[in-house]
Amino acid sequence: MANQRVILHSDMNSFYASVEMMLDPSLRGKPVAVCGSTENRHGIILAKSELAKKAGVKTGMVNWEARQCCRDLILVPPQYDQYLKYSKLAHEIYYRYTDLVEPFGMDECWLDWTGSSVFGSGMEIAEAIRKSVREELGLTVSIGVSFNKIFAKLGSDMKKPDAITEISKEAYQEMVWPLPASDLIYVGRATTRRLAGYGIRTVGQLAALEPELLRRWFGINGIKLWQYANGTDASRVMHKDFVSPIKSIGHGITCNADLENETEVFKVMFELSQDVGHRLRVHELSAQGVQIFIRSKDLSYKQFQCRLPVRTQLPSEISTAGYQLFQNKYRWDQPVRAVTIRATELQPQNAADQLSLYVDNARRDRRIRLQDTVEEVRQRFGKGALTYGVLMGNLKMPDDGRDTVRMPSPMYQ
Amino acid sequence: MEKHDLRRKVFVDVIVQHRKTGEKKPLYIIFEDGRQYEIDKLCACRRAAASKVGGTGIRYTIRVRGQETFLFEDEDLWFVEAKNLHA
Repeated sequence: MANQRVILHSDMNSFYASVEMMLDPSLRGKPVAVCGSTENRHGIILAKSELAKKAGVKTGMVNWEARQCCRDLILVPPQYDQYLKYSKLAHEIYYRYTDLVEPFGMDECWLDWTGSSVFGSGMEIAEAIRKSVREELGLTVSIGVSFNKIFAKLGSDMKKPDAITEISKEAYQEMVWPLPASDLIYVGRATTRRLAGYGIRTVGQLAALEPELLRRWFGINGIKLWQYANGTDASRVMHKDFVSPIKSIGHGITCNADLENETEVFKVMFELSQDVGHRLRVHELSAQGVQIFIRSKDLSYKQFQCRLPVRTQLPSEISTAGYQLFQNKYRWDQPVRAVTIRATELQPQNAADQLSLYVDNARRDRRIRLQDTVEEVRQRFGKGALTYGVLMGNLKMPDDGRDTVRMPSPMYQ
Repeated sequence: MEKHDLRRKVFVDVIVQHRKTGEKKPLYIIFEDGRQYEIDKLCACRRAAASKVGGTGIRYTIRVRGQETFLFEDEDLWFVEAKNLHA
């Protein structure tokens, strides 16, 4: 018991919708959903209040579909700056108790409370956090308390909103094993389907399998699943200042209107590359590869990648490589709806380079110096202070601050 | 619900004393129409949600003319949960 870990998982309930209702009391007690704008073609439900949920509104539904489920549904546009603000304020409450706080997206966090008893037990801290978030931010959280990250997360899903669930070593078999296997983190649709094919439907059935069998089915992830189901997962909660190593830097957007020709695609790629190049500089990295992701009008998608002859941070080189890939690989059977461009195979910017005989290095140096100046001007006078002529006019790109949103990245293992 | 409707979020001018200890002490509240109220006493100060009008901030519990009320500061803007007569 003494050596047992104490992990909390705090989940802010219907986060976007709750923030909206906290900011505007007239929305309280009504079915509310936060949705993207139909004009910008993001017209889907991003979050919904409890009442909207009861009426059958689901995240990801198209706006008109949601309205059909619930006639009185109030649709509000997202305010990402507010969500970021309240996410940060909630983190500050967590930091009062521990610096081992690992965020999972904007609204979820793991906290490690192992070995600290100064302020009380895990359950007492969970209660203190729940109360503080409610009183100070006017929002509710549900918290799971357990001895590993997986069960803590399961616990936070069990009772909602504004509730605490403990899954102890003594009780987990009773509480967790009857749950459907799909409730486990990282058991998505495909894994659920495959497990069902083998007759495995609950977490308990998964836990009872031979790990070797799971390894044969799912590789290394099979072993992980078995550990998750048995409560033997030992992954750490990372320190709040931990930043996971960057493997790629990308930027993508769904356009306001479909892109009908190559020039339009190039412009969007070039604009996106400005941001990719900037972030490469900020992180002092350079890219040896480029990857593009193209979603067509019919929502099907394709992904292509290539290697660059020389490592680069230059937006022009990244976008040119992406554009060439697009020209060579994309068959124009459908107009393009969304474009993502990503710098891959990242290395430190100062790493030694093998120069190529086929590249005009003097010219390249001049381009790098030009980009240095562009970056400096933008740093001093703002992102829009200096831009390319080709990027003027309507690029069919929305600009509503969505870029700043933090999406859940894989949990630290 | 009706209770919420009675109050309105009203942003106000505030005369603040910035102490050498880093604390802020609001002294006067001035409404848009020029009415000025002296803050007789600062009773408490903590972060809290303004549940009646929405939003959150640093909540100062103050006494004005013998009545206890709240004054909020959020990102350098000050507001009160005003009764509709001040709207």
